[in-house]
Amino acid sequence: MALVLNEDQQLLKDSAKNFCQQNSPLSVLRRLRDSKDEAGFDSAIWQQMLELGWAGMAIPEAYGGFDFGYGGLGIVLEESGRTLTSSPLISTVLLGATAINEIGSDSQKQQLLPKIVAGELLVSLALDEDISHGPNRIKTTAVKNGDLFTIDGAKTFVLDGHVADKFIVVTRTSGESSDAHGISLFLVDANTAGITVTRTLMVDNRNSAKVEFSNVSVPASALLGEEDNGFSALDFVLDIARIGLAAEMLGSIQEVFDRIIEYLKQREQFGVLIGSFQGLQHRAANMYSEIELCKSVVRAALGALDNKEAERKEIAELASIAKAKLSEVFFLVSNEGVQMHGGIGMTDEFDIGFFIKRARVAQQYLGDAAFHRDRYASLKNF
Amino acid sequence: MNMQLQALDDFRTSTREWLENNCPPSMQTSMVQEEIVWGGRNPHFENPESKIWLERMAEKGWTCPTWPTEYGGGGLNKEEAIVLNEELRRINARPALTSFGISMLGPVLLEYGSHEQRLEHLPKIVRGEIRWCQGYSEPGSGSDLASLKTKAELQGDEYLINGSKVWTSYADKADWIFCLVRTDFEVPKHAGISFILFDMASAGISTKPIQLISGASPFCETFFDDVKVPAGNLVGRLNDGWTIAKRLLQHERTMISSFGLASGQSDRGGTTSTVSSLEGAAMHYRGDTDKLSDPVLRDEIAQFRIDSTAFALTSQRSVEESKQDQGPNATSSMLKNYGCELNKRRYEIMMKALGSQSLGWEGEGFAEDELLVTREWLRSKANSIEGGTSEVQLNVIAKRVLGLPDILSMSKDREK
Repeated sequence: MALVLNEDQQLLKDSAKNFCQQNSPLSVLRRLRDSKDEAGFDSAIWQQMLELGWAGMAIPEAYGGFDFGYGGLGIVLEESGRTLTSSPLISTVLLGATAINEIGSDSQKQQLLPKIVAGELLVSLALDEDISHGPNRIKTTAVKNGDLFTIDGAKTFVLDGHVADKFIVVTRTSGESSDAHGISLFLVDANTAGITVTRTLMVDNRNSAKVEFSNVSVPASALLGEEDNGFSALDFVLDIARIGLAAEMLGSIQEVFDRIIEYLKQREQFGVLIGSFQGLQHRAANMYSEIELCKSVVRAALGALDNKEAERKEIAELASIAKAKLSEVFFLVSNEGVQMHGGIGMTDEFDIGFFIKRARVAQQYLGDAAFHRDRYASLKNF
Repeated sequence: MNMQLQALDDFRTSTREWLENNCPPSMQTSMVQEEIVWGGRNPHFENPESKIWLERMAEKGWTCPTWPTEYGGGGLNKEEAIVLNEELRRINARPALTSFGISMLGPVLLEYGSHEQRLEHLPKIVRGEIRWCQGYSEPGSGSDLASLKTKAELQGDEYLINGSKVWTSYADKADWIFCLVRTDFEVPKHAGISFILFDMASAGISTKPIQLISGASPFCETFFDDVKVPAGNLVGRLNDGWTIAKRLLQHERTMISSFGLASGQSDRGGTTSTVSSLEGAAMHYRGDTDKLSDPVLRDEIAQFRIDSTAFALTSQRSVEESKQDQGPNATSSMLKNYGCELNKRRYEIMMKALGSQSLGWEGEGFAEDELLVTREWLRSKANSIEGGTSEVQLNVIAKRVLGLPDILSMSKDREK
C-alpha cells in the first residue's frame, strides 16, 4: 500500500494548492457570506475548477472524465479544504458523480457524467431525514404505480440543494424504517412538480437545504441501481464520499495547525514568545502527532479506493477509520485554534472562526466519530 | 525501473523459498515471553528450534538485514529489507534474535564507529554472540540525562571509570555495555560527555537488579569502581559523545514505538496468548456471542483499534518516507510517544475487559494469562518513562519538528 504520493499526484497537489491559494482564498467564503450570495459559491471560480478538470478527476475517460482516480480527487479536496472553498465539489463531484458512476446504468452514465464534467449539471444527494446520519433510516417512500413511482417524504442536510439540477433521492420501496432491504435510489429533476426546496443557512456558510417531496411522480427509468437493493451500493458510494470528505477535513486541519504554530512563534506575552510555554508546546506536539495519523489514514483510504484488488469490507473499515479519526482531530484542532489565539480567535474579523464552524458541519456530515466507531465495531464483529 | 522491480520480485521468490525451507515450524508461531532469544556468551534457548533459526538467519546476515556484508550483515537495500520483512510476517516468523546491539548500538557504530570497532563488534551482534546493555541513566540524571556524572579519566592508554548507572536493562545478563561517561567536568554539560564500550566482565563492575511494581526485575543498578577500559574503546571523538547519545536515543525510540504496534513480540509488554484481542476478551468474559454487550467499552475498544490502525499506518508511512540509510529522525519521538501511550491504553482497556479477573497477583483463582495481564499492565507504565519520558518526547517534537522556541535557552539567554 503506497502511503506517499507518486510524482503525478505531487504535481497535482502543487498545482491544486497554488490554485486554491491564489484564486480561491478564504476571503471568498467571507465575501459570499457577507453579500448573502444567492448561489452560495463563486461560479467564476467553479468555472476555473472545471477547466482544470477537477469535476472529472475520478470519472473514467469513456464518460468524459480524466481517470485520475479518487486519489486525485482527494488531493484536490484536501487543498480546497485549506482555503475552505465553497463549491459543488462535495455535492456534485464527490457524491453525485460518484453515485452515478458507481451505480448508474451505462446510458445514465453516458447521459449525465459528461455534463457533470462540463459543469452543466449539479446533482445533490437527498439522504438524511432526521438530526443525525442514518443511511438506512429511510421513511421517504416511493410507491410503484405501473411504470411510475410516487415519492413522498422530507430530506434534510442536502448539500447545494437549492442550486441542484437533479436530486439523487434515497427512498424506501419496501420494508420498515431501519431495514437495509427495501431502499431504492431515484434520479429526480429538481423542477419536478411536488418538490419544495428550502435553503438552510448553515453555521459554516456552505450550502445546504431541506427538500420536501409531495406526490412526486417519476418514471421507472429514473431508478438508479436496483429496486429494493440500493443500500449496499449506496453505502459504498457513501464510503467513497466519507473518505473524500476526510481528505477535505485533512486540508482544513493542517491549515488551522499551521496558523496556530505561526501565531505561537510571533505572539509575545510576559516578555517571551508564547510558543516557549510548555503548556502550549505539549498541546501543539500532541496535535502534530494526531495530524500525522490523520494523513496516514487518508492516504491509505484513498489508496484503497484506487486499488482494484481492495475489498469493499476493507474500504468500509478504512472509511470509518478515516471519518472517525478526522472528525475527532478536526474537533480538537479547531477548538485549540480558537483557544490558542486567545481573544483575537473569538473575533469575526480574524479567520480562525471559520474553521471551527466548518469543523462541526464536516464532523456530522456522513456520520460523526461515534457513528463510525459503532460502524467499525460492527464491521469487526464486536 | 522495470528491471529493478523484476529483481525485487526475484528476491521475493527466492526469499520465500528459503524461508519455507529454513524456518522451523515452531518459529512460525507467535512469540512467547520465555522463548525470546537474546543471545550472548551464555545463550539460553528455551526452545531448541530457536537456536537453529538463529544460526540460519545469522548465516545469511538477516538478523541485521541492511548492515553491510563486510560486518556480517545481510547487505540488503531498503526495498529488499521491506520484502524480507513482509515475507517474515507472511509466515508469522518470530524474530530470530532480539538485542540492543541490533536495535541501538549497531546503527550508531555504523555511523560513528571506526572500521576496527565495527569489525570487532558488529559481526558478533549479527550472530548474537555478545549481549549488550545500555549505560545511560544515573540516579541523579533521568530526563536531564546530559547532567550525568560517571567519570572516565585517561591514565596512560586506559580510561579509569567510576560512578553508577541505573535502569540498566538486563545489566546482570549482559556481556558488554555501551556507556555514557563524563570526560570533561569544566565545560557545559553537553560538551564533556563521551561514548565508550567495555566488557561487563571487567574488574570493578557490580550489578543489582531492581524489583519493579510488576514484580519483575528487568532493570539493574550498575556500579563502576576503578574499571579499566582500553582508550581505543571510545567511539567517535572525545567529548562528542552527546551527539552519538542522541542518535542512539532516536533508534531506541523507534524500537520502543514498535510496542505500540502490539506485535506481541517484545519484552516491554506484548500480547498474551489467549486473551489476545481486546474485543475477544471483552466478549468472552461477558458471555457475549455476536456483539459486545457493554456499549461504553465497545466504543472505547473501537476507538483504540482505530487509533492503533492509524498508528500502524503512520509507522509504515515513516518507513516509506525515510530515504535509504537515512535512519530515524525527529519523528521517532512522535512515534515513540504515541506508541507508548497506545500500549498503556491497551492494557487499561484489557483490565476493563477482564474485570476482577485482571486484579489477581498470584496463586489460585486466576489463569496464567490473567495474571500476566496484571503484570504486563504494571510493566506497561514504564513505556512512557524509558527511552525518554512522554513529556521529553513532546519537548523534542515542539522544538525539533515544530520549531517552537526553547524556554530553557531563552531563560539562559536572559541570564547572559
